[in-house]
Amino acid sequence: MAEISIKQVAKQFGDFTALHSVDLTVADQEFMVLLGASGCGKTTLLRIIAGLETPTQGEVWIGGRRVDHLPPRQRGIAMVFQNYAVFPHLTVFENIAFGLRMKKLPQVEIDRRVTRTAELMHIGQLLKRYSGQLSGGQRQRVAVARALAMEPDVILMDEPLSNLDALLRLEMRAELKGVLAESKTTTIYVTHDQVEAMSLADRIAVMDKGLIVQAERPIEVYRNPAARFVGSFIGNPPMNFLPARKADNGAWRVAGVTFEGPKAEREEIAFAIRPEDLSHAESGLPAEVRVVEPLGPHVLVTCDVEGHLFRAVLESDIVLSRGDTVKLAPTPDRIRWFDPETEQSLQPH
Amino acid sequence: MTAVTATETVAATADIRKRGRLVFAATIIILCAWVLAPIYLLVVNALSSPDQVNAFPKSFVPGFETDSIAFFMGFAGVAKALFNSILVACITMALSIGLGAPAGYALSRFEFRGKGVFRIMVLMTRAFPLPLLALPLAVLFIRTGLDDTALGLALVHTTLALPFAVLITFSLFSGIPVELEEAAWTLGCTRVQAFRKVVLPLVLPGIAASAVFAFVISWNEVFAAAVLTIENRTLTAFLLQNLDVSPLHLKFAGGAVLVVPALIFIFAVRKYLFAMWGIANR
Repeated sequence: MAEISIKQVAKQFGDFTALHSVDLTVADQEFMVLLGASGCGKTTLLRIIAGLETPTQGEVWIGGRRVDHLPPRQRGIAMVFQNYAVFPHLTVFENIAFGLRMKKLPQVEIDRRVTRTAELMHIGQLLKRYSGQLSGGQRQRVAVARALAMEPDVILMDEPLSNLDALLRLEMRAELKGVLAESKTTTIYVTHDQVEAMSLADRIAVMDKGLIVQAERPIEVYRNPAARFVGSFIGNPPMNFLPARKADNGAWRVAGVTFEGPKAEREEIAFAIRPEDLSHAESGLPAEVRVVEPLGPHVLVTCDVEGHLFRAVLESDIVLSRGDTVKLAPTPDRIRWFDPETEQSLQPH
Repeated sequence: MTAVTATETVAATADIRKRGRLVFAATIIILCAWVLAPIYLLVVNALSSPDQVNAFPKSFVPGFETDSIAFFMGFAGVAKALFNSILVACITMALSIGLGAPAGYALSRFEFRGKGVFRIMVLMTRAFPLPLLALPLAVLFIRTGLDDTALGLALVHTTLALPFAVLITFSLFSGIPVELEEAAWTLGCTRVQAFRKVVLPLVLPGIAASAVFAFVISWNEVFAAAVLTIENRTLTAFLLQNLDVSPLHLKFAGGAVLVVPALIFIFAVRKYLFAMWGIANR
């Protein structure tokens, strides 16, 4: 049982604030992904949980125990590093057994655990090799096996797949998800790859400029971004934004079209819609086609709506060419609204 | 017209490049000869009999006679000087690594105020002329009773070897990803255990090389050795004192006994000396 809670953790490096007072609770056996662009503080947060970095303020609790003053070895965690950190002077067997030997487990138990985790990660035939004789993917498997062999309460992963090539990454992603679900540990996984985050996470914590902007189930993060940043960061292509001016009766005018919207004490707010929630219709937002990219299952159309970049994912049988003007109708219940200043969602949750 | 000029330019460039290569090759040959020729002559003459050494014209092929070397080794005081040299070099080696490796580790792993200045200062100590220090040092050593002892001389040699020990070990430790240590910490190691189980096995060959280099610096050093010792002369100081009154073949034998071990040692650890300057950072 290991619930992790992070209370008002902040970190400063000199004048640079890497984390502003972060609060986050990860439930036991939950798979939490920290997602954000580079420099948003996600790795710093992970390293604070691991004990490799000391927070400037705040508390870290793992399994009901306050750990922020403890060294990494006393926190009941295991970590997988981006560059694998497989010890080059030890065989794969000794790498996986390293932590177990430090715990002074009996040899029989060490053999059992090494063999089991090696089989689990499909590296059973590599146990006598050194890391120099392994490929990147194999090294990453060793690193994961080494962490799993510890049978830790918490596994922390720092962009473990980012050094692998695309195909291998896809394969390892599915495998990791299966293995970690089976091992019943709490996992915190750092990535900048939104697809990885969506596919692995029970919950995604989206981070920006040292803050957690939103921490919810992947589909929630995707459908109902809590802030404009989340909408523009997640989704490929990302959300479209257009300015909306106040009209009569609490409605809002967007590019000459009137939509029902939230009540707001502002003259102008931001209208947002995902590209796949648009369809070609008789009436809708007037868009001038700039680029048409047929992608097989659908067509990605980049347009211009009143001078704003606007993308739509449309049916593949549509015939469009550059310079055409089309009407794009948004699916009404998928429209989102954001405050232009606070950038927060104006959606009642 | 343009075509003609173009061909001419190409030809001219090729010509310049060819000459450039020629100059480059010549420079390398001269530099190599500069270093290798004296060493070669030294070895040839050391391995020749006294008659061959004094003969004219000189032979460029050694006579493979060990008379000179054997006589030199039997010369009164040589064995003791040799022992002193090794003793002083060993103490220097131990002190430089003992002090230099921790400094190198700290430089590579920790951020601290004045780190850049410290690195420069380490190097600057090499710019300080030893002769300037020698007299005050001699006085100080006589007062503290360190004069004419192996330890006293080793201390001076350590100050010479330490900057290199710091810089070489700094580059060694920097070549080891900090994640390896961090991984060891998360797997149950204390800082010291992680160092012993992960970092040390990986840097050991380099540390050994750095130690050999410190040994050679001490082995080759003559000025401090000559000033600070009287009875307990090291080989260099002993040779300086005695050889200018010795016959030619003995000078060659003494020179070879000094130079050859140093050369072999340096050759063995050359990879790590390059690493010090970041040429081959592995």
